[in-house]
Amino acid sequence: MGLEQFKNRNVGTQEYKVLNLQESPKTPMAKFTQVAKRTFKGELFVGLGVTVREMFNALFRGQMHTVKYPLEKLPISPRYRAIHEMLRLLESGHYRCIGCGLCEKICISNCITMETRYDENQRKEVSEYTINFGRCIFCGYCAEVCPELAIVHGPRYETASEQRASFSLFEDMLTPIDKLSLQQEYDGFGAVSPNADENIKKTPLAY
Amino acid sequence: MSEVKTVENMVSIKIDGVEYEAVEGEYILNAARANEVFIPAICYLTRCSPTLACRICLVEADGKQVYACNAKVKEGMEINVNTPNILEERRAIMEVYDVNHPLQCGVCDKSGECELQNYTLELQVDSQNYAIPDTKRETQNWSSVLHYDPGLCIVCERCTTVCKDMIGDAAISTTKRGGADIDKAFKESMPKDAYAMWNKLQKSLIAPSNGTDHTNCSDCGECIAVCPVGALVSRDFVYQSNAWDLKRIPAVSAHSSDGFAIYYETKPRSIEDRREKIFRVTNEWNYVSLDGAARFAYDFENEGATKDEAAFNAAVEAFKKAGTIRFNSVITNEEAMMLQTLKEKMGVKLYNPEVRAFQKFLNHYQAASGRSLWSTDTDAIMKRADFVISVGAALRNDSPGMKYAFNNVQKLNKGAGLYFHPVADTLIPSFGKSVECFNHKPGFEEAALYLILDLFADAQKLPEEVKAYIDSFKTSETKTIKEKVDKTVKELVKNEETGEEEEVTKKVKETVEKEITVEKNGLIDLLGGDSEKFPDAFEKMMKKKESFSMMVGEDLYFHDNAENIAKLIALIEATTTIDVVMAPPKSNALGVALICDLDDEASGYTVGYNENGDFRLSALGNGDLDMPAMNQQEGTFTTMSKRVVPTNAALPYGGYELNDLMKVLVGAPALTIDWTPMLPVEKGYRAVAFDALPNRYLNNGTEDRGYLLDITSTEAALPTVEKFDEAAALEGEIAYRCNPARQFNDFTDKSHEIFEAFGVYVSPAKAEELGERVEIVFDNGSIVMDVIADGKMEGDIVKVSDFRAAAGVYDLFGGSRYKNVTIKKV
Repeated sequence: MGLEQFKNRNVGTQEYKVLNLQESPKTPMAKFTQVAKRTFKGELFVGLGVTVREMFNALFRGQMHTVKYPLEKLPISPRYRAIHEMLRLLESGHYRCIGCGLCEKICISNCITMETRYDENQRKEVSEYTINFGRCIFCGYCAEVCPELAIVHGPRYETASEQRASFSLFEDMLTPIDKLSLQQEYDGFGAVSPNADENIKKTPLAY
Repeated sequence: MSEVKTVENMVSIKIDGVEYEAVEGEYILNAARANEVFIPAICYLTRCSPTLACRICLVEADGKQVYACNAKVKEGMEINVNTPNILEERRAIMEVYDVNHPLQCGVCDKSGECELQNYTLELQVDSQNYAIPDTKRETQNWSSVLHYDPGLCIVCERCTTVCKDMIGDAAISTTKRGGADIDKAFKESMPKDAYAMWNKLQKSLIAPSNGTDHTNCSDCGECIAVCPVGALVSRDFVYQSNAWDLKRIPAVSAHSSDGFAIYYETKPRSIEDRREKIFRVTNEWNYVSLDGAARFAYDFENEGATKDEAAFNAAVEAFKKAGTIRFNSVITNEEAMMLQTLKEKMGVKLYNPEVRAFQKFLNHYQAASGRSLWSTDTDAIMKRADFVISVGAALRNDSPGMKYAFNNVQKLNKGAGLYFHPVADTLIPSFGKSVECFNHKPGFEEAALYLILDLFADAQKLPEEVKAYIDSFKTSETKTIKEKVDKTVKELVKNEETGEEEEVTKKVKETVEKEITVEKNGLIDLLGGDSEKFPDAFEKMMKKKESFSMMVGEDLYFHDNAENIAKLIALIEATTTIDVVMAPPKSNALGVALICDLDDEASGYTVGYNENGDFRLSALGNGDLDMPAMNQQEGTFTTMSKRVVPTNAALPYGGYELNDLMKVLVGAPALTIDWTPMLPVEKGYRAVAFDALPNRYLNNGTEDRGYLLDITSTEAALPTVEKFDEAAALEGEIAYRCNPARQFNDFTDKSHEIFEAFGVYVSPAKAEELGERVEIVFDNGSIVMDVIADGKMEGDIVKVSDFRAAAGVYDLFGGSRYKNVTIKKV
């Protein structure tokens, strides 16, 4: 085991790189020239032309593409990675998560944290589970690594919130117990492959 | 005395065609590991005897299949690690281990550092050919710290082996599993070794060896450390964290003076509370075995300390008017150096009763022997010695490292041992058949040393007057003993067939009285031994013994005649081949003894550092100014092995340190560890920067931690030793200052996984007599304590705990460890 990490006692003085940008104009005249140049280039009217053409097509040629969001929503692919959901076992209704910690480990933005404990039934209980959506980059690794198909990405993509860092707790993500019958199996990242059965080697049983 | 006993002969061997050097007589597995060659092995533990439970270390040596863990290397040996047959065996063995092993790696505490996982993947076990009905196995809690899940157990027997061969408790052993019989068809179809291994596995499980559901042991948790799977886990750690979430911080155990290398493993304590917390302590179990305090006493940090300026200024004022600084041995070398600087620059007295006696003893020893420190250490004893002697150490309580070494020598080196101690302990004789215990009266420690001189000293070297003094104890008396002798008798018998009389010779046993001279050694009787039986027993013990070691404990430092004892030890070193190791009392006592110039008395205004005082600096969080605890600071310790070892900070600390006070008082460098290169060179320390100190074990077991103290040695004349006073032995009701195992100081007491209570520990018989609570009256005060029965103690001496500094037990005992007391029921 290396000891290097213990030798750096300058916590918080990491090296930042400064980008090599062009210098901003300094004199008022130079500033004015830059604005004028950018404004009266022909590009402005090229863009305007495209807009006018599309408006014409939509209004007079019946080529309207707009969906009236939020009244209308497009169906999204099962592989879309939106806000996470925690699924339950269909038979018992118990949550599927076994607290193995693989999602926590694989998470590249370190936004998953869980607490586990030894419960009265000698089982590992997930006492709390949280995702920091201020940090989550929706990469889908957690869903892919989950051995129990417990954490999946749901279709809820509206993630605007009042706070930059919005946390979700275990019960927020768990399928509500009264809606268990509506729980959808997940086909996206981390789902069992269609030919999984072919790849399984059977273990002999002595019973 | 001789420095190097055996010149280690090197032989050259070939592993898979590559030539390597190996130590002669080494096991193939260890030789391979020392040369960084990988041979799979599960059940073998370095420093313990091979169990041959897993059989996975099978290799081919000179064309023959052998187990690498118990076959020794020979000159020119050619070893193949993998042959087609061996690979088949190994794969079958791993498949067998996986039969019925619960597929709960996802929740298992060992997941990620599990040897079953690793070897299953290493040997690419991707399908299963064997099957057997499973047996119901229930989870058990063996003790307040041990949690056993037999469902996960692969019966590699590492736990039982380490408990017996290293720890000495032998508290767990294999028991009957009551499993189904293996299908007969497998015997034909599967590889031979795999079948044999399965046969054994299917019959056994692990259980406490005393036949109950609970272990009666020292709760050191070494079985947890060596368990390759998740079967044995600390009760407190079950399902708390995955191995990979924990950050490992290399450190040194802050409690016993062994200076065990440990790792604190930390992670944020919860989702809401992101402060780091130590979840467990682990160790390099192949090279170092921990005691219960090192493993379980880890959460003693001084939490929530802030930079309280008012308290800091008060502390500065306190130091300025201080006459004395009182402290104990829970302190780093750097801090000891700071206190010494304060003494030099400000003239305060340094008062440390815990270490002062040891320091004086060390000075006497240095004067008498010419050596700056003792000659051996516990690791060398385990490697080489086959005869160990322990004098003045309550092995089970004082020094776990010495206890392990004493036991390991009996188990692995076919050794013998002599144990001199006033308090009878039933565990020590169980270490081996050749262990003789002398439970002498307190005060007769010198007699024990004279006996050692008599038994081991080279008569040529021993001074005449010492020889004469020892001989004065010897008497020879003539004794009549009855002996049975065969006697041939001739008889005339009438032959019934022929009627003739025939002469027949017969052998008849006859008892004859015979006079013999018996040499009696009065020293043996004085020490509570049997001078008639001992010479024979000793002769047996001495057979084939080559390397002798002696362990010296705290009793001798606190003895009234400590100076004479130090001289006797120097004399033993000079006239015998015995190597000596001394146990510094607790933590960093050796560092303090070497660095600080301690005073005998405290006077004036006292600043206490983790001790009582008018102004208290405390890492326990209850003082006038907070200090960082040992798991919150970096620095070095000086261990019993004469090694200066670095420890790192596991947890953050927000308050002031001693170095901050130093900056204001006398000026100091920026960081505490800047003191490391300033440690006194004349005492053996080196001017090495803290960051340059290594902290690891090499694959061949070499300890590459910090550096060894430089030891100076000058020729010294044989010391003149004095006779001892036979009347000085203590009689009557005696109290012995001694902590229960796992308790050393306030910090172990603070830790939540240490349950040993503060009280008076007595033998079960004595406990019945004393009742629940007693007042122990000393000549300078008294203390009321709970009576706690210790099943492994015998006799009437009671052990009084001293680990709570506030209770002032050191002051009650004064300069000795044994005191005559009056015990009253309360």
